[in-house]
Amino acid sequence: MNLYEIVFYFFAIVTVGSAAVVVFSRNIIYSAFSLLFTFFGVAGLYVLLNADFLAVTQLLIYVGGILVLLLFGVMLTSNTISVELKTGTLHILPATILVALLVGLLTATFWTADWFMSKRASDIAAQTTSKEIGDALVTTHLLPFEIASIILLVAIVGAAMMARRENPKSQIPI
Amino acid sequence: MTGKNACPTKSNFMIPLNHYLLLSAFLFSCGVLGVVVRRNAIVVFMCIELMLNAVNLSLIAFSSYLGDATGQMLVFFVMVVAAAEAAVGLAIIISLFRNKQTVNVDELNILKW
Repeated sequence: MNLYEIVFYFFAIVTVGSAAVVVFSRNIIYSAFSLLFTFFGVAGLYVLLNADFLAVTQLLIYVGGILVLLLFGVMLTSNTISVELKTGTLHILPATILVALLVGLLTATFWTADWFMSKRASDIAAQTTSKEIGDALVTTHLLPFEIASIILLVAIVGAAMMARRENPKSQIPI
Repeated sequence: MTGKNACPTKSNFMIPLNHYLLLSAFLFSCGVLGVVVRRNAIVVFMCIELMLNAVNLSLIAFSSYLGDATGQMLVFFVMVVAAAEAAVGLAIIISLFRNKQTVNVDELNILKW
Protein backbone atom coordinates (compact mmCIF):
# COMPACT_ATOMS: atom_id res chain seq x y z
CA MET A 1 0.00 0.00 0.00
CA ASN A 2 1.79 3.08 -1.22
CA LEU A 3 1.33 6.72 -0.31
CA TYR A 4 -1.13 7.43 -3.12
CA GLU A 5 -3.51 4.76 -1.88
CA ILE A 6 -3.17 5.85 1.73
CA VAL A 7 -4.01 9.44 0.82
CA PHE A 8 -6.94 8.32 -1.34
CA TYR A 9 -8.47 6.18 1.39
CA PHE A 10 -7.91 8.89 3.97
CA PHE A 11 -9.79 11.44 1.89
CA ALA A 12 -12.45 8.87 1.00
CA ILE A 13 -13.09 8.06 4.65
CA VAL A 14 -13.19 11.75 5.58
CA THR A 15 -15.64 12.48 2.77
CA VAL A 16 -17.96 9.55 3.41
CA GLY A 17 -17.96 9.92 7.18
CA SER A 18 -18.70 13.62 7.16
CA ALA A 19 -21.37 13.15 4.46
CA ALA A 20 -23.06 10.63 6.73
CA VAL A 21 -22.91 13.16 9.57
CA VAL A 22 -24.49 15.79 7.29
CA VAL A 23 -27.42 13.51 6.59
CA PHE A 24 -27.94 11.89 9.98
CA SER A 25 -27.02 14.56 12.50
CA ARG A 26 -29.96 15.90 14.46
CA ASN A 27 -28.27 19.25 14.95
CA ILE A 28 -28.27 21.45 11.88
CA ILE A 29 -25.08 23.24 12.97
CA TYR A 30 -23.24 19.91 13.09
CA SER A 31 -24.56 19.18 9.61
CA ALA A 32 -23.24 22.49 8.29
CA PHE A 33 -19.80 22.03 9.80
CA SER A 34 -19.40 18.45 8.69
CA LEU A 35 -20.33 19.62 5.19
CA LEU A 36 -17.10 21.65 5.45
CA PHE A 37 -15.10 18.44 5.89
CA THR A 38 -16.94 16.84 2.98
CA PHE A 39 -15.94 19.73 0.74
CA PHE A 40 -12.34 19.53 1.92
CA GLY A 41 -12.25 15.78 1.31
CA VAL A 42 -13.63 16.16 -2.20
CA ALA A 43 -11.12 18.92 -2.90
CA GLY A 44 -8.34 16.59 -1.78
CA LEU A 45 -9.61 13.94 -4.17
CA TYR A 46 -9.58 16.52 -6.96
CA VAL A 47 -5.91 17.16 -6.22
CA LEU A 48 -5.24 13.43 -6.38
CA LEU A 49 -6.92 13.38 -9.78
CA ASN A 50 -4.65 16.20 -11.01
CA ALA A 51 -7.49 18.71 -11.19
CA ASP A 52 -5.67 21.41 -9.28
CA PHE A 53 -7.64 24.34 -10.69
CA LEU A 54 -10.94 22.74 -9.77
CA ALA A 55 -9.67 21.83 -6.30
CA VAL A 56 -8.92 25.48 -5.61
CA THR A 57 -12.22 26.51 -7.18
CA GLN A 58 -14.00 23.98 -4.99
CA LEU A 59 -12.48 25.49 -1.88
CA LEU A 60 -13.22 29.05 -2.99
CA ILE A 61 -16.81 28.53 -4.15
CA TYR A 62 -18.09 25.80 -1.85
CA VAL A 63 -16.26 26.53 1.38
CA GLY A 64 -15.90 30.26 0.92
CA GLY A 65 -19.25 30.94 -0.67
CA ILE A 66 -21.93 28.30 -0.41
CA LEU A 67 -21.09 27.07 3.08
CA VAL A 68 -21.02 30.60 4.48
CA LEU A 69 -24.33 31.25 2.74
CA LEU A 70 -25.80 28.11 4.28
CA LEU A 71 -24.59 29.11 7.72
CA PHE A 72 -26.21 32.51 7.29
CA GLY A 73 -29.39 30.68 6.25
CA VAL A 74 -29.22 28.60 9.44
CA MET A 75 -28.81 31.71 11.54
CA LEU A 76 -31.54 33.68 9.79
CA THR A 77 -34.10 30.91 9.92
CA SER A 78 -33.61 29.59 13.44
CA ASN A 79 -36.82 30.28 15.29
CA THR A 80 -36.05 32.54 18.23
CA ILE A 81 -39.24 31.72 20.10
CA SER A 82 -38.68 28.00 20.25
CA VAL A 83 -34.96 27.49 19.89
CA GLU A 84 -35.28 24.25 18.03
CA LEU A 85 -32.18 23.51 16.01
CA LYS A 86 -32.88 19.82 16.12
CA THR A 87 -34.87 18.63 13.18
CA GLY A 88 -36.75 15.41 12.66
CA THR A 89 -37.04 13.03 9.79
CA LEU A 90 -39.83 11.94 7.45
CA HIS A 91 -40.73 8.69 5.71
CA ILE A 92 -37.77 6.67 6.98
CA LEU A 93 -38.84 3.27 5.66
CA PRO A 94 -39.71 4.10 2.01
CA ALA A 95 -36.70 6.40 1.79
CA THR A 96 -34.39 3.66 3.02
CA ILE A 97 -35.79 1.19 0.50
CA LEU A 98 -35.45 3.75 -2.33
CA VAL A 99 -31.88 4.63 -1.43
CA ALA A 100 -30.91 0.98 -0.95
CA LEU A 101 -32.17 0.26 -4.46
CA LEU A 102 -30.26 3.27 -5.77
CA VAL A 103 -27.04 2.20 -4.04
CA GLY A 104 -27.41 -1.33 -5.37
CA LEU A 105 -28.01 -0.15 -8.91
CA LEU A 106 -25.15 2.35 -8.93
CA THR A 107 -22.72 -0.02 -7.25
CA ALA A 108 -23.54 -2.88 -9.59
CA THR A 109 -23.18 -0.63 -12.61
CA PHE A 110 -19.91 0.93 -11.53
CA TRP A 111 -18.41 -2.32 -10.35
CA THR A 112 -19.21 -4.50 -13.32
CA ALA A 113 -18.69 -2.03 -16.15
CA ASP A 114 -15.50 -2.38 -18.14
CA TRP A 115 -14.30 1.20 -18.18
CA PHE A 116 -12.37 2.55 -21.10
CA MET A 117 -8.86 3.59 -20.15
CA SER A 118 -7.09 5.99 -22.42
CA LYS A 119 -3.53 5.43 -23.49
CA ARG A 120 -2.94 9.08 -22.67
CA ALA A 121 -4.03 8.63 -19.08
CA SER A 122 -0.52 7.99 -17.88
CA ASP A 123 0.77 11.01 -19.81
CA ILE A 124 -1.83 13.41 -18.51
CA ALA A 125 -1.30 12.19 -14.97
CA ALA A 126 1.88 14.13 -14.49
CA GLN A 127 0.64 17.48 -15.70
CA THR A 128 -1.93 19.90 -14.46
CA THR A 129 -5.02 20.98 -16.35
CA SER A 130 -5.18 24.71 -15.56
CA LYS A 131 -3.81 25.67 -18.96
CA GLU A 132 -6.16 23.37 -20.83
CA ILE A 133 -9.15 24.70 -18.92
CA GLY A 134 -8.11 28.29 -19.53
CA ASP A 135 -7.64 27.66 -23.24
CA ALA A 136 -10.97 25.89 -23.55
CA LEU A 137 -12.83 28.62 -21.67
CA VAL A 138 -11.93 31.29 -24.20
CA THR A 139 -12.05 29.18 -27.36
CA THR A 140 -14.41 26.23 -27.63
CA HIS A 141 -16.46 26.92 -24.51
CA LEU A 142 -16.71 30.69 -24.83
CA LEU A 143 -20.49 30.79 -25.21
CA PRO A 144 -21.24 28.65 -22.12
CA PHE A 145 -18.76 30.81 -20.22
CA GLU A 146 -20.65 33.98 -21.11
CA ILE A 147 -23.99 32.32 -20.35
CA ALA A 148 -22.60 31.31 -16.95
CA SER A 149 -21.76 34.94 -16.21
CA ILE A 150 -25.31 35.99 -17.13
CA ILE A 151 -26.73 33.21 -14.93
CA LEU A 152 -24.68 34.48 -12.00
CA LEU A 153 -25.82 38.07 -12.59
CA VAL A 154 -29.48 37.04 -12.77
CA ALA A 155 -29.10 34.87 -9.66
CA ILE A 156 -27.54 37.74 -7.69
CA VAL A 157 -30.26 40.19 -8.69
CA GLY A 158 -33.03 37.68 -8.09
CA ALA A 159 -31.71 36.58 -4.71
CA ALA A 160 -31.32 40.15 -3.52
CA MET A 161 -34.83 41.00 -4.71
CA MET A 162 -36.42 38.00 -3.02
CA ALA A 163 -34.55 38.17 0.26
CA ARG A 164 -34.95 41.87 0.98
CA ARG A 165 -37.50 42.94 3.51
CA GLU A 166 -40.39 44.75 1.92
CA ASN A 167 -40.93 48.03 3.66
CA PRO A 168 -44.63 48.91 3.76
CA LYS A 169 -43.80 52.60 4.16
CA SER A 170 -41.57 52.60 1.14
CA GLN A 171 -42.48 55.13 -1.50
CA ILE A 172 -41.08 53.09 -4.34
CA PRO A 173 -43.40 50.29 -5.43
CA ILE A 174 -41.62 47.00 -5.79
CA MET B 1 -13.05 -8.64 -17.80
CA THR B 2 -14.56 -7.54 -14.57
CA GLY B 3 -14.15 -4.09 -13.14
CA LYS B 4 -11.55 -5.17 -10.64
CA ASN B 5 -8.89 -5.36 -13.31
CA ALA B 6 -10.04 -2.38 -15.35
CA CYS B 7 -7.06 -0.24 -14.40
CA PRO B 8 -4.01 -0.89 -16.53
CA THR B 9 -0.96 -1.58 -14.47
CA LYS B 10 1.28 0.72 -16.50
CA SER B 11 -0.78 3.77 -15.61
CA ASN B 12 0.36 6.17 -12.97
CA PHE B 13 -3.02 5.79 -11.29
CA MET B 14 -2.72 3.20 -8.58
CA ILE B 15 -6.38 3.49 -7.61
CA PRO B 16 -8.83 1.88 -10.03
CA LEU B 17 -11.45 4.15 -11.51
CA ASN B 18 -14.12 2.03 -9.82
CA HIS B 19 -13.12 3.22 -6.38
CA TYR B 20 -13.69 6.86 -7.27
CA LEU B 21 -17.01 5.96 -8.86
CA LEU B 22 -18.15 3.94 -5.87
CA LEU B 23 -17.24 6.79 -3.56
CA SER B 24 -19.20 9.13 -5.80
CA ALA B 25 -22.18 6.75 -5.80
CA PHE B 26 -22.14 6.62 -2.02
CA LEU B 27 -21.98 10.41 -1.74
CA PHE B 28 -24.86 10.76 -4.18
CA SER B 29 -26.95 8.24 -2.26
CA CYS B 30 -26.26 10.11 0.98
CA GLY B 31 -27.57 13.23 -0.72
CA VAL B 32 -30.69 11.48 -2.00
CA LEU B 33 -31.40 10.03 1.42
CA GLY B 34 -31.02 13.44 3.03
CA VAL B 35 -33.28 15.15 0.52
CA VAL B 36 -36.01 12.57 1.00
CA VAL B 37 -35.72 12.15 4.75
CA ARG B 38 -34.83 15.44 6.38
CA ARG B 39 -37.45 18.00 7.34
CA ASN B 40 -35.37 21.15 7.51
CA ALA B 41 -35.12 22.89 4.14
CA ILE B 42 -31.54 24.03 4.84
CA VAL B 43 -30.41 20.44 5.41
CA VAL B 44 -32.16 19.51 2.17
CA PHE B 45 -30.05 22.20 0.53
CA MET B 46 -26.85 20.78 2.00
CA CYS B 47 -27.79 17.37 0.64
CA ILE B 48 -28.35 18.83 -2.82
CA GLU B 49 -24.82 20.22 -2.61
CA LEU B 50 -23.64 16.73 -1.63
CA MET B 51 -25.24 15.29 -4.75
CA LEU B 52 -23.66 17.96 -6.95
CA ASN B 53 -20.28 17.21 -5.38
CA ALA B 54 -20.71 13.50 -6.06
CA VAL B 55 -21.45 14.16 -9.71
CA ASN B 56 -18.47 16.52 -9.93
CA LEU B 57 -16.22 13.88 -8.41
CA SER B 58 -17.25 11.24 -10.92
CA LEU B 59 -16.88 13.72 -13.79
CA ILE B 60 -13.36 14.63 -12.72
CA ALA B 61 -12.45 10.97 -12.25
CA PHE B 62 -13.67 10.15 -15.75
CA SER B 63 -11.92 13.19 -17.18
CA SER B 64 -8.65 12.40 -15.47
CA TYR B 65 -8.65 8.72 -16.39
CA LEU B 66 -9.62 9.53 -19.96
CA GLY B 67 -6.89 12.11 -20.32
CA ASP B 68 -9.32 14.75 -21.55
CA ALA B 69 -10.01 18.04 -19.79
CA THR B 70 -13.52 18.53 -21.20
CA GLY B 71 -15.11 16.84 -18.18
CA GLN B 72 -13.43 19.38 -15.95
CA MET B 73 -15.05 22.16 -17.97
CA LEU B 74 -18.41 20.58 -17.21
CA VAL B 75 -17.54 20.56 -13.51
CA PHE B 76 -16.75 24.26 -13.75
CA PHE B 77 -20.21 24.99 -15.11
CA VAL B 78 -21.85 22.72 -12.54
CA MET B 79 -20.15 24.79 -9.85
CA VAL B 80 -21.51 28.00 -11.41
CA VAL B 81 -25.04 26.61 -11.40
CA ALA B 82 -24.59 25.33 -7.84
CA ALA B 83 -23.60 28.78 -6.65
CA ALA B 84 -26.56 30.41 -8.38
CA GLU B 85 -28.90 27.74 -7.04
CA ALA B 86 -27.63 28.18 -3.49
CA ALA B 87 -28.09 31.96 -3.62
CA VAL B 88 -31.61 31.87 -5.05
CA GLY B 89 -32.66 28.93 -2.87
CA LEU B 90 -31.48 30.55 0.32
CA ALA B 91 -33.33 33.73 -0.65
CA ILE B 92 -36.51 31.72 -1.17
CA ILE B 93 -36.06 29.94 2.17
CA ILE B 94 -35.47 33.22 4.00
CA SER B 95 -38.53 34.87 2.51
CA LEU B 96 -40.57 31.73 3.28
CA PHE B 97 -39.38 31.86 6.87
CA ARG B 98 -40.40 35.50 7.07
CA ASN B 99 -43.94 34.63 5.97
CA LYS B 100 -44.53 31.24 7.61
CA GLN B 101 -42.09 31.26 10.57
CA THR B 102 -40.89 27.78 9.68
CA VAL B 103 -38.53 26.05 7.27
CA ASN B 104 -39.82 22.53 7.78
CA VAL B 105 -40.70 21.18 4.38
CA ASP B 106 -43.71 19.24 5.65
CA GLU B 107 -45.33 22.41 6.98
CA LEU B 108 -44.79 24.43 3.81
CA ASN B 109 -47.87 23.48 1.83
CA ILE B 110 -49.04 26.85 0.57
CA LEU B 111 -48.65 25.75 -3.04
CA LYS B 112 -50.96 22.81 -2.41
CA TRP B 113 -54.39 23.34 -3.90
